[in-house]
Amino acid sequence: MMIGTDLNTVLPELILAIYAMAALMFAVYFGKDKRANTVFWVTAIVMVVLAVITAIAPAGARTAFNGAFIDDGFARYAKVLMLLASASIILLSKEYLQKNDLLKFEYPILIALATLGMMMMVSAGDLMSLYMGLELQSLALYVVAAFRRDSLRSTEAGLKYFVLGALSSGILLYGASLIYGFSGTTVFTDIASTITGDGLGLGMIFGLVFLCAGLAFKVSAVPFHMWTPDVYEGSPTPVTAFFATAPKVAAACLFARVLHDAFPEAQADWTQIIALLSVLSMFLGAIAAIGQTNIKRLMAYSSIAHMGFALMGLAAGTESGVQALLIYMAIYVVMNIGTFAFILNMERDGHAITDITSLGQYSRVEPARAAALAILMFSLAGIPPLVGFFGKFYVLKAAIDADMAWLAIAGVLASVIGAFYYLRIIYYMYFGDEVDPLTGKMPALHYIALMGAAAVMLFGVINMFGIEGYAAIAAEALLK
Amino acid sequence: MGLTAIAFYLFAFTAIASGLLVVLARNPVHSVLWLILTFFSAAGLFVLMGAEYVAMLLAIVYVGAVAVLFLFVVMMLDVDFSELRSGLSKYLPLGLLIGAVLLMELGLLLGHWTFAEDAQALRAAVTPDMAETHNTVALGKLIYTDYIYMFQASGMILLVAMIGAIVLTLRHRKDVKRQVIADQILRDPKDAMELKDVKSGQGL
Repeated sequence: MMIGTDLNTVLPELILAIYAMAALMFAVYFGKDKRANTVFWVTAIVMVVLAVITAIAPAGARTAFNGAFIDDGFARYAKVLMLLASASIILLSKEYLQKNDLLKFEYPILIALATLGMMMMVSAGDLMSLYMGLELQSLALYVVAAFRRDSLRSTEAGLKYFVLGALSSGILLYGASLIYGFSGTTVFTDIASTITGDGLGLGMIFGLVFLCAGLAFKVSAVPFHMWTPDVYEGSPTPVTAFFATAPKVAAACLFARVLHDAFPEAQADWTQIIALLSVLSMFLGAIAAIGQTNIKRLMAYSSIAHMGFALMGLAAGTESGVQALLIYMAIYVVMNIGTFAFILNMERDGHAITDITSLGQYSRVEPARAAALAILMFSLAGIPPLVGFFGKFYVLKAAIDADMAWLAIAGVLASVIGAFYYLRIIYYMYFGDEVDPLTGKMPALHYIALMGAAAVMLFGVINMFGIEGYAAIAAEALLK
Repeated sequence: MGLTAIAFYLFAFTAIASGLLVVLARNPVHSVLWLILTFFSAAGLFVLMGAEYVAMLLAIVYVGAVAVLFLFVVMMLDVDFSELRSGLSKYLPLGLLIGAVLLMELGLLLGHWTFAEDAQALRAAVTPDMAETHNTVALGKLIYTDYIYMFQASGMILLVAMIGAIVLTLRHRKDVKRQVIADQILRDPKDAMELKDVKSGQGL
């Protein structure tokens, strides 16, 4: 049976989809939100189990459904990263949602469905399955952005994200239709072979540009970044934390997948686009964040800048570039999980505080937490010898190896500028004016996440936990 | 110019004109009616292409169900559309500029459009032989066999849309009496009724 082997290939996705539906039924029929706690935990556990299944799956590439789905080393690397990130965010979200009376059983299920969409994205081998995965992920994200439905800001964030997301999907679809019109196929490998055969027609270039514009919106690269600060600020904080982790990995990996699988011959054309997106994102992220005092907006600009760096790896267009991108995303996710574990507990007398000046002299109140956050901030800024520096080092090296020294120089300049606002947070914590101290108690899980992330940044320097090797295998699988 | 060509241009022109009127109409109810005309014209275009089944779907599902639902929603919503449109004049020049640039670029594209040599063959490869099957069967084979993955994925997307709509809008009101079926079934005649013997000619 053909369908049997196909289903075997998509097994992790299938399990997650069936789990999401089963959990929905369970919660609806047995106590609704009273079961939320159980659903939160079980969803996280299912994701971790799936990450293990994906990680130990036999090596090699398999395709299913006539090439619409690709399961290779690259997809598996991204999936493990996304599943673990989503599971951590689900567990970190629980206390915050409970405190704010938002603990609903739909939340982990929506996150699970978004993760399913992301897994489909990184495994896409066809423009149609790309779009399906993208929409599944985006739609779930629009809903969780507006999750605090009684708050004007949250609903505004959801609506803004939805309208702009729909626009970007439209642009992406238009590009896809031009590509199909020119090549007569939506399968990546066939698109690549028509380009080899017939060269790159004008229609194909237009399609490629539109496709890149649509995907750039999803990775929030400048000039398609406008939604990011508002959505990050307006969404409930755990949702912001989620936005900053798994979806970014999915979008960046999808970008790499499309460009390397479908347009390997057009590399000279798309590296220009990606290099421009990269430079603009790095500089805008670094400069626009300087004036921000709201930590969620600050993290939004930080994520724009970091995506700029990740795209630099893609702009290099080489195997080591893809490897650098993958390493960068893994480090970025860990840093963000740690940082958001801290931000989730920034509160004074039960009110969430997002102003960074409220961190004044925080090191006296909570020396351990302040030290951990300081390490994460140093790492986000890319200051050696922390792991964040190595992430930047790999992409810069990939850019130089690909004869794009100007891009690497721009990256270094941008990261020097960007260091200012990360260091400012540390300055407030250690040397700032004394203010009413923050009183948020930290739940054990958040404490573990914050300290764990800081420890990873510190001790990862020794051997990077072997991530280089995995990323190398993944990059090799993509460029085969 | 054959009859087909005349029909094509008629439908195509109507589709574009009524599509424009959907956006421009002052009254939202009129917009929906123009939308229905757009759907009908598109259905006509599908018939000309030999895709009767899709044409019928468009007429029955989109016109019959979706557009009518739209009509109800538009009538029920208390939205001040003139206020929504008040920003239009402010953004119109920029919008027109971007539109004009995009149109120019696409015109350029149209002038230089070429197909890859094997594009037609690739496109035909997935289509079942139309001489052997009629298009309902062909569609069924494509959707439920070849593209089953995408079909199931769209099912998941609709599920997310449904969960989202419920999460964002459903409110459980405490002060409303609800039907509890279990309570109704477990109700015992002994508790619910009291039997009285009423003597004739006397009240209780």
